[in-house]
Amino acid sequence: MTPPPDSGLSGAPRRSIFAVEGGGGTLPSWAPYGAVAGSLVFCAAVLAALGWFTIALMLVFGALFSVLSIYAWSRAVEGRRRAKDRAVTMAIVASFGVAMAPLISLLYEVISRGAKGISWDFFTTTSRGVVGGGAAHAIVGTLVITGCAVVISVPIGIMAAIYMNEYGRGPLRRALTFFVDVMTGIPSIVAGLFAYALFELFFGPSIQLGIMGSIALSVLMIPIVIRSAEEVLKIVPNHLREAAYALGTPKWKTITKVVLPTAFAGLVTGVMLATARIIGETAPLLVTTGVVDSLNADPFQGRMQNLAVYAYNQYRSPGVMKQSAYDRAWAAALTLIVIVMILNVAARLVYRRYKTESR
Amino acid sequence: MAHLDTTTNAGQLLAAASGGRRRRGDRIFSNTAVIAAVTILALLAGVAVFLVSEGFPALTASSAELPGHESFISYVAPLAFGTALAGVLAMVIAVPLAVAVALFITHIAPARVALLLGFLVDLLAAIPSIIYGFWGIFVLGPAAVPAMKWLEEKLGWIPIFEGPASITGRTMLVVGMVLAVMILPIVSAVAREVFSQTPRKLQEGAQALGATRWEMIRTTVLPFGRSSVISGAMLGLGRALGETMAVAIILSVSGGVTFNLISQANPSTIAANIALNFPESSGLAINLLIATGLVLFVITLATNFLARWIIARAEVK
Repeated sequence: MTPPPDSGLSGAPRRSIFAVEGGGGTLPSWAPYGAVAGSLVFCAAVLAALGWFTIALMLVFGALFSVLSIYAWSRAVEGRRRAKDRAVTMAIVASFGVAMAPLISLLYEVISRGAKGISWDFFTTTSRGVVGGGAAHAIVGTLVITGCAVVISVPIGIMAAIYMNEYGRGPLRRALTFFVDVMTGIPSIVAGLFAYALFELFFGPSIQLGIMGSIALSVLMIPIVIRSAEEVLKIVPNHLREAAYALGTPKWKTITKVVLPTAFAGLVTGVMLATARIIGETAPLLVTTGVVDSLNADPFQGRMQNLAVYAYNQYRSPGVMKQSAYDRAWAAALTLIVIVMILNVAARLVYRRYKTESR
Repeated sequence: MAHLDTTTNAGQLLAAASGGRRRRGDRIFSNTAVIAAVTILALLAGVAVFLVSEGFPALTASSAELPGHESFISYVAPLAFGTALAGVLAMVIAVPLAVAVALFITHIAPARVALLLGFLVDLLAAIPSIIYGFWGIFVLGPAAVPAMKWLEEKLGWIPIFEGPASITGRTMLVVGMVLAVMILPIVSAVAREVFSQTPRKLQEGAQALGATRWEMIRTTVLPFGRSSVISGAMLGLGRALGETMAVAIILSVSGGVTFNLISQANPSTIAANIALNFPESSGLAINLLIATGLVLFVITLATNFLARWIIARAEVK
């Protein structure tokens, strides 16, 4: 390939991707920041003059105005193409800001509103026979229900992932890959209805047990465990397996003594993330575990409360002291979010540690 | 792979040669793995079977038996409409944002912070749906009231903004926005994955030809990722269709069929309807709700099938 005889760089009239249009100058490196700051100040001033000032409006108009102003400025100095590039970049950054705003707002609201309802009593008393009370029964219920779901899901999920990665071939493997993907899309309420329908068939109508909730949650958790476990098993280097086989180690011992220990931290990470995903589920538990005020730690007997359903009920039927019920709902939400965050951050830390070790 | 197969066979031969005890261990272990695999397929089939068996009485019930409705179809149709409306609305809001977020993380943010930003986006997916519900009704809804009033006054001639604007903020538009936030991490995770896999050769080629960053993205990254983004959007849609608690908490429901997004009277969704009515139901009413759950299951399954099919087709290419 020979280069075209006259490239647009020399200022040819032909329009091509080489062409540099416009002034050919360059904006200073602080230009984007300057445009944003200027736009925000300008919009704040205009909105204040009109008497419409709110932070949200200032940010929305400021973002729009930043995109327009950087385009106009760059177009005058650098030309159309660079201007478009700068405007799109600005718009993408603004979109990222828009996407992050709910996260920040949500965390702020949950923490500030939840803090009001948090007290020692919230964690240590139940709401049996009192107005208000605490959420100890819901916390215990959450731990028991989620714990049972983990105990059911992890062995099935990891064995299935071992099948897919170490043994599977042919139609069963292909079907499994496909249906695990499909299973990740099952709506959580449908999983709840499944557990209800299953138990109703054997134990009669209006049965509500903790273990039903665990089974519903397992339907949601198993595909997540398989997905992550499969990813982790896939990256265990083949030469480790081959070395084990070369020493005459049977396949099952190779898997349990070589493959699984190598992948251990990654598997733990996957299980923790999957647990974080199901621990806050409400809908499937609403139809399976019921509502109860007293402490029940036996998943095979009677109704069981959990944090998410507790929060929902405090909101749905607040009783006479509405505000304190809402406070308790937010406090339960805060407790849930703290658990979820701890699981998420801990999972990343475990994984990071694992990654450095595998080098 | 062939290499691995030979070693596997050698390993198996050695194991076979060294006696039956080891072979039995192998057999037990591989059978356990197969049983786990089959269990999962059985579980998925079980979901379908039990929903059908428990929903069946409602599907075949005569109009006189169903509480206040002529037939199952006329009961579920408005709910299915509401489900589709909420899902599509969420997708329309979320997909452009998710693509922008993915581009920001893969191509614009400095590589050092990109990992952290990705983690923040993933956190959106980790927040329980009930908390999104609270946030929607206590924070976003009231904040959106003046905006919806403005939409009614200025854009009321468009049917979807016909109004009268809700004064509580419990509208389909707010539900759509909350669902959009909830599915954004799913769509953007798929987009991020494919955008970061765009062949370097193409990107560097575009830049060597003098393309600006946006021109490079438009001519290489976006076309490369298009089909994956579409399937990611479908996965997000599937999630939005099945979302229960956020809708049940936020939406003020009247049951009619309307495209009006900002009024107090909204069609409910299948999932929210189950969550709202299940605890107080008994007898045939429960069968009816399970039958609507079956309809939801079929709708989300079809959406997911389509999404996976698009991904599979793109991979073959």
